[in-house]
Amino acid sequence: MFGLSRGDLLLWLFVLLLVLAAPILLNPFPESSALAQFNGGYPDLMQRFLIFGIFAIGFNILFGLTGYLSFGHAAFLGAGSYAAVWMLKLLTINVIPAIIVSTLVAGILSLIIGYISLRRSGIYFSILTLAFAQMSFAAAASVGFVTQFTGGETGLQTALNDPRILDTASTTGNIPAPSLFGLEMRDSFQWSVGDWLWTFNAGYYVCGFVMMVAFYIAIRITRSPFGMMLKAVKSNNERLSYTGINPKPYTLAAFVISGMYAGLAGGLMVAMDPLAGVERMQWTASGEVVLMTILGGVGTLIGPIFGAGLIKYFENIFSKINESLLHQWFAFLPDGVEDFFVAVIYPFVGKGWHLTLGLSFMLVVIFLPGGMVGGLTSLYRRIFKKSKQAN
Amino acid sequence: MSSEKKRSQLPLTRRSVLKAGAAGIAAGTAPMIISTKAHAYLNEPKGSSVTLGFNVPQSGPYADEGADELRAYELAVEHLNGGGDGGMMGTFSSDALQGNGILGKKVEYVTGDTQTKPDAARASARSMIEKDGAIMITGGSSSGVAVAVQGLCQEAGVIFMAGLTHSNDTTGKDKKANGFRHFFNSYMSGAALAPILAANYGEDRVAYHLTADYNWGYTTEEAVRTSTEALGWKTAAAVKTPLAQTDFSSYIAPVQASGADVLILNHYGANMVNSLTSAVQFGLRNAQSNGKNFEIVVPLYSRLMAKGAGENVKGIFGSTNWHWSLEDEGSKAFVKSFGTKYGFPPSQAAHTCYVQTLLYADACERAGTHDPCGVGEALEGFEFDGLGNGPTLYRAEDHQCFKDVLVVKGKENPENEFDLLEIVEVTPVSQVTYDASIFGGELGTCNAG
Amino acid sequence: MELSALLLQVLNGLDKGSAYALIALGLTLIFGTLGVVNFAHGALFMIGAFCSVTLQRLLSTSVITLDETKLDFLGNPAKISTPYVNTWFGPDIGNAIIDWSVPLAILFAIPIMLLIGFVMERGLIKHFYKRPHADQILVTFGLAIVLQEAVKYFFGANQIPAPAPDMFVGSFDFGVYIGMNPGKLMYPYWRIVYFLFALVIILAVFSFLQFTTFGMVVRAGMADRETVGLLGINIDKRFTIMFGIAAAVAGLAGVMYTPINPPSYTMGMDFLVISFVVVVVGGMGSLPGAVLAGFLLGILESFASIRQVIDVLPGINNLVIYLAAIMILLARPRGLLGRKGVMEN
Repeated sequence: MFGLSRGDLLLWLFVLLLVLAAPILLNPFPESSALAQFNGGYPDLMQRFLIFGIFAIGFNILFGLTGYLSFGHAAFLGAGSYAAVWMLKLLTINVIPAIIVSTLVAGILSLIIGYISLRRSGIYFSILTLAFAQMSFAAAASVGFVTQFTGGETGLQTALNDPRILDTASTTGNIPAPSLFGLEMRDSFQWSVGDWLWTFNAGYYVCGFVMMVAFYIAIRITRSPFGMMLKAVKSNNERLSYTGINPKPYTLAAFVISGMYAGLAGGLMVAMDPLAGVERMQWTASGEVVLMTILGGVGTLIGPIFGAGLIKYFENIFSKINESLLHQWFAFLPDGVEDFFVAVIYPFVGKGWHLTLGLSFMLVVIFLPGGMVGGLTSLYRRIFKKSKQAN
Repeated sequence: MSSEKKRSQLPLTRRSVLKAGAAGIAAGTAPMIISTKAHAYLNEPKGSSVTLGFNVPQSGPYADEGADELRAYELAVEHLNGGGDGGMMGTFSSDALQGNGILGKKVEYVTGDTQTKPDAARASARSMIEKDGAIMITGGSSSGVAVAVQGLCQEAGVIFMAGLTHSNDTTGKDKKANGFRHFFNSYMSGAALAPILAANYGEDRVAYHLTADYNWGYTTEEAVRTSTEALGWKTAAAVKTPLAQTDFSSYIAPVQASGADVLILNHYGANMVNSLTSAVQFGLRNAQSNGKNFEIVVPLYSRLMAKGAGENVKGIFGSTNWHWSLEDEGSKAFVKSFGTKYGFPPSQAAHTCYVQTLLYADACERAGTHDPCGVGEALEGFEFDGLGNGPTLYRAEDHQCFKDVLVVKGKENPENEFDLLEIVEVTPVSQVTYDASIFGGELGTCNAG
Repeated sequence: MELSALLLQVLNGLDKGSAYALIALGLTLIFGTLGVVNFAHGALFMIGAFCSVTLQRLLSTSVITLDETKLDFLGNPAKISTPYVNTWFGPDIGNAIIDWSVPLAILFAIPIMLLIGFVMERGLIKHFYKRPHADQILVTFGLAIVLQEAVKYFFGANQIPAPAPDMFVGSFDFGVYIGMNPGKLMYPYWRIVYFLFALVIILAVFSFLQFTTFGMVVRAGMADRETVGLLGINIDKRFTIMFGIAAAVAGLAGVMYTPINPPSYTMGMDFLVISFVVVVVGGMGSLPGAVLAGFLLGILESFASIRQVIDVLPGINNLVIYLAAIMILLARPRGLLGRKGVMEN
């Protein structure tokens, strides 16, 4: 169905189910329980899961299929974001033009950077992309001529007096919120069942729709003859060129596609929260998507989404656990024991959330070669095989 | 501290409140559908508590400053809930605060990490608003973050009480109806510093500016330049340095040959520590130029920066929002309260954050509501005293506090590890006041979500 | 533009280049010998710097006495701390020892860094030789974060001053030796020391690889690991030692860097990206390339920060390193001195 094999269709439907039910699944703990701190089912984080999921899916089309490791994809995320804010400022507060234009702008930029960088391979390619992205970052942050368009280090925001030529002027004295034909992205309704509280947010479902489309396209690309060609680039570039095929157009196409995914992610970020910060272009942002992809599983279809989810979860949930919260959790213990537990756990949460993140990177890659999905699949296979042999 | 006492100081979670609320309304059975728009204002506290969001840098170079802000917030919450010695609540000119929380609701708080990045700071603030029901967001250690989070709070409909942010833009070009700043700004630093510099170094000086290449750097350079040039100084050059620069040698090396006799470092945090260290290495502090002693000036000082730069700050002028060695009743009460709890004196970042929390709570009490619009109205044009900076006005036109500014100097013979700066002059507020319209921007109208 | 101003920037460039070259040298040893992408290399540099800080703290470990005549900020009797070294050796020698803590930290850092290098290689990196580069990136990046956070936990996030000994305060007047007026071309002593130190380390590493049997085997192993293994030589053990040496080089670069900029826990990440750029611009697998690229980029960076240059090309100081990297890599496919086939796939 839809040109997908049965397995792929099941995978797609599985992801669809997860996306639809996420507001419930991510809030498993009752509001009054101490564990509610670990609930991730609020709009901002759920949107981030999907947006970075898109970013990572796109990145995986380049890295997972062709093996070309770009360290410059942040430039496309940032360019997409700036383009989207400008659309919201100049054209209309409706998010559709913003999302489309952000994808196109990132596509054009990735065509230029990709065309030049793909003249080299391996680490030389990686450093070229890194250098381009760092130049874009520095230009957007500090180079006078460029900062007129990017707002410099403060970032670019919508303002009350923006022209927005397609919209009628705001009468409320407030900056209009990004919307889809009047449906504001921040609108939600909440459903409370007993002690559980679930938030269903308009922006989240817009992101969900876009991600399902993006995921579908990624599956189709992976399974297509074009995808096969990309895999051939990875497994043996040299032999491919001996057959008379020039691999460069294929790799460039993959580069541009993944750049457009990054731009799309940037555009969606702006649609959910109309600000483009310059650090979206920094090498750390490029590195983050690399880490997401590897963490989830390079070359697997669903892995990057999980990798993105894990990193964003740590960043947003673990960083908010503070000392007094820990004292509440362990308040049932005798005083000395309570202090001991708090002292042991505190370095790993709150201001120490990076430590937990770093440790989890190491643990995943040590114990699950191939990332979360890759590692778990091979683990599952090994166990399955063993039990089969035993039979 | 006994366990009983400790626990009583811990805030209740919002969840326990919600549970109580939910049980009362829905009896825990029937599913309820609530549109998020069905409220008088966003995150209206319905239970017996009110949640504040403390959004401070906890990772990255400003993490220590963020940690100090957090200490101040925790202290403020303790005092608002009636714990501790009450700190500056006793010296505050308004006596609306009762020590029973805010409007009788116990104060709880959530914390988050801004990472000193506008994006991350907004994500953190959004999670506080969406997940934890925070009704006010405060904190931060850079103007980029302040402007970004202020914008978010305006859009979402909660109050933003800025932490440490010194750029003119926060209450200038980028001011917002829901945002309020107690901290001083670049303009005030320039206006306060210039006369002191002229008095100490003379009026025929030639300055060389090194300016961090971002918004705060520009406004600070502008402010110091304008006010020193008005007193007769000349400017030899102003060079922008990349924000990510770590080694400033190539910017410092040409300074002495440029004909300048003062170096002004419009740098903050690590930038300032590194550029000042380089400047001292290159012998600028002992140099002679134009027949005068070469001097270095750092427009914005913080104790953590002074600590990082060590011996190099000795004798170097700068400005600061507040310093723990101030002798007024408010400052003394705050230093005592903070010092007793944590063992060292508070920084200026801690001070402004503590004050902002008290001012917010007081405005709620006076307005009789947590509604951001009511609170905003109560803050606008509010005049107060006893919070460490002398008589202060929260100006209605731009939501900026106007108060005396401290000109300080790196201390030559510190008596202890905190005794790094000494106050040279308390510049009266009249000298640093400016017209609200000079920086452009518009407040818009308040948004209650 | 005066000649002295240009020469001054050459000196600055050499100085910056020293740090780049030292870090890149170690990185290339690991990259080139072991084929491991080590994202934790910046963290090793940072740990070296904190060896200085640690030694300074150890040396200034103090006995605390209460002085009733003075009051602290809360009005309690002030605490007076006297370093133990002062009580043992008297204040003169004691203060001199503390004053010299940065150079002394070299001795302190070498065994520590070697040990960290060995443990890292045996405990972690060894298992990643055969794994894809992606896995190496993830595990070493994770390790870098863990090391950083550990330092943050013990030392805080703020910078910690670790000054050079008093003897090195002040500047050396190069100008008078080449016929300029006094004061025209002065350069701080410690920065000169740093440059000379870097040269010594670089020469030592090169001679070690060039003139010892050990070095010869390692070079052979870099070129063709399998064959060397087939010859019955235990190349693994040697590679472990090389990893230790690479860690020590990064650590020493960090120790000596502390007086130039007070160290903080993020300093490793600040240098990480730039050192990768240096290694690749120098050419994969080439030690001289890494050193050359380090100095070259350092000098370019310094020239780009000259005021008159910025006036002509606004923003060039923000962009120069990356612009140069792109130009060089486009002009020379394998960087300055890269070998064919190393990390090209």
